Amino acid sequence: MDNHLSRRGFLSQSLTGISAAWAAAHWPAMLSASAHARQAAQSASPAKFEFFSPEQAAEIDAIASRIIPTTDTPGAHEAGVVFFIDRALVTFAKDNQKLYSDGLPALQARVRELFPSVQKFSSATPEQQDQVLESFDEQAPGKGRRPLIPGPAVQSFFETLRVHTISGFLIDPDADKRGNRDGAGWKAIGRDREHMFMPPFGYYDKDYPGWQQDPQAPDKPKS
Amino acid sequence: MTPPETPKYKTTDEVDFVVIGSGAAGGIVAKELSENGFRVVVLEQGPYLTEKDFIHDEIEVLNRDFLTNHPDLQPNTFRKTPDEKAKPQRTIAYGRLVGGTSTHFTANFWRFHEIDFKEHSKVGDVPGAALADWPISYADLEPYYTKVEWEIGVSGQANASPFDPPRSKPYPMPPLPVKSSGVIFERAARKLGWHPFPAPMAILSQPRPGRSACINCGFCLAFACEVGAKSSSLATAIRMAEKTGRCEIRPNSYVHRIEMDANSRATGAIYFDAQRNVQRQKAKAVVVCANGAETPRLLLLSANKQFPDGLANSSGKVGKHLMFNSGAMSMGVFEHPLNDYKGFAVSRILHDFYELDPDKVGFHGGGGLDARFDMTPISFAFAGLPPGSPRWGKGFKDVLSNNFARTVEIFCHGTSLPVENNSFSLDPDLKDAWGLPALRMTYKDHPDDVKLSNWLNLRAAELLQAAGAQKQWSFPAGEQEFSVHLLGTCRMGNDPKTSVINSDHQTHDVKNLFLCDGSSLVTSGRGQPTMTIEALAFRASDRIRALAKRGDLSA
Repeated sequence: MDNHLSRRGFLSQSLTGISAAWAAAHWPAMLSASAHARQAAQSASPAKFEFFSPEQAAEIDAIASRIIPTTDTPGAHEAGVVFFIDRALVTFAKDNQKLYSDGLPALQARVRELFPSVQKFSSATPEQQDQVLESFDEQAPGKGRRPLIPGPAVQSFFETLRVHTISGFLIDPDADKRGNRDGAGWKAIGRDREHMFMPPFGYYDKDYPGWQQDPQAPDKPKS
Repeated sequence: MTPPETPKYKTTDEVDFVVIGSGAAGGIVAKELSENGFRVVVLEQGPYLTEKDFIHDEIEVLNRDFLTNHPDLQPNTFRKTPDEKAKPQRTIAYGRLVGGTSTHFTANFWRFHEIDFKEHSKVGDVPGAALADWPISYADLEPYYTKVEWEIGVSGQANASPFDPPRSKPYPMPPLPVKSSGVIFERAARKLGWHPFPAPMAILSQPRPGRSACINCGFCLAFACEVGAKSSSLATAIRMAEKTGRCEIRPNSYVHRIEMDANSRATGAIYFDAQRNVQRQKAKAVVVCANGAETPRLLLLSANKQFPDGLANSSGKVGKHLMFNSGAMSMGVFEHPLNDYKGFAVSRILHDFYELDPDKVGFHGGGGLDARFDMTPISFAFAGLPPGSPRWGKGFKDVLSNNFARTVEIFCHGTSLPVENNSFSLDPDLKDAWGLPALRMTYKDHPDDVKLSNWLNLRAAELLQAAGAQKQWSFPAGEQEFSVHLLGTCRMGNDPKTSVINSDHQTHDVKNLFLCDGSSLVTSGRGQPTMTIEALAFRASDRIRALAKRGDLSA
């Protein structure tokens, strides 16, 4: 909200004197931004699953909703992560189909093993659900190295589902991937939906007076 | 006036130059030669994409190599030392499209400093390294750095750093706007007595004909620019070359051999077209700008009876002296939102540690620091959280949501010393999807590089502390096994026994064969090689033009 107000403030302030020139200079981008919006409107077609049965989809949705729960901000459910995963499994993540087909029944078996009175994951309480997932999560946090995104050679069902859930929550909502519905994931992490921004960007640069040479700077560097 | 049509040369036409690779160097060489009247064919292994193709889809771009070399099609192998058997492992990433890596780089455009060209004279031998002076000086290259800034488009503030080398002209446009990370960095660095300054970036702060100024979309590092603000070869030199009506850019053309005649002259390039049919483009001279990995590989693949160890390799140095640039990083989380996801990556840097005194610090080299946020939402979720953060559940969501807009990275860039064993060669077993020997990387950081990185990282941590970060952490530097900076593998020099090309970028062994890209570098600089690669490309073009006019290239 703050950002929004400060950007509007920027536009209405004539003291910078560059808003109009700025807009003129950026028209190709504005066209591209409106193309994005159009594409988004087209992709908001009614949901239909391509890989999961409705029953499977309900279970995946329930699991994804524990990986990124709904709190005071949207979670995996609101972001339609299950639709992203469903599309992924018939496109770029085809190789993971078996992992899901085998993994989901194994996870349901674990539910019944831990909680004999519960039939399936989606019927368990949130606490029970977390216990089931914890029993599947054997991955230690990565050390040192800094992979941008985990590679395709993913190890276990849970780890794959975790990676897919996070990806489906945060993917560009305008990408052709059916994830991050309505930008819900970006809303949760505080990223504006736009693909074009103007300074000031954040708290620390909003009062920046402009670049000035350090008055203490030596003419010649010390060696 | 309508621009002349882009020509389509026949492969049997003997054009003046075939340029192999269309990236930072190849684009400029193609532009300069075609603008000077030569007929040029550029062979690029990747596709010809344009702005309308460039997307913000992290899965496609970061995970599925939409813009980069694909490890399934072109696998690599890796080993630390020459006595090991190399194992399949991804070792490099480069842009595989028209415009090459310049389409998706971070766009940090530091000039090298005077020391980078004559470091060996100044410090002498460094044990375990093959440090050498360049055959050219900073002063030789200065006019060409200026050319890059004005013709390609670099934003920056001249003379803002007391450590900057001399320059003949200011930047053509002001620096990009400061980001919150830059303000934090600037204030903390000054508190510590250092000298931060606006980062020179190959991203437009003001529009140019046919190109928008940066719109701060936030998908910058690793992504290609959809408004042409990033000064890639695609957005600049390639278009200028095409405008001459004498340059054909031929995409999907994977060169695997330079063809030679009996008189040791190059006669053209042999490549696979999109249908994997073999084609031969005839040319009077060949310029290889395929990057520091693919250029030596192509020379090695072109071995023949006359050149049994690879083309232009009488020195045995083709592929050797591979340098990456050393690096390390610290991260911090701040009280208020920085919203650094908006905009390009870097707005402030410092060069106080560019020339460290080995007697004081106990190792050789130097470097710079920058403040940046180069992550996008998904990559941040996997790589941006403090070590030990929850990996899923409410705890994960909380830290992700709190930190995304509040995180800053302090990146350390430094010297990579040239070590002869560090190299690219042909893997004896593994083949790529076209049946060609895969690239094998042999690499082990010089111990000083690791020491330097960790020393710089302590400065980064100091800076975050002075800036008042609520939480901060550092990733210690280890030995690198992967890089996007591919440098030094066909180094320039006056002595044909210890170098591959002369100061005109002409190979010592083949008169009409030139190499210009990261492979030409003799030293690594302190972290940002592309500016120097492009300045070299402008200079090489001038030299090649002079030789061609003198008739030294004609058969």
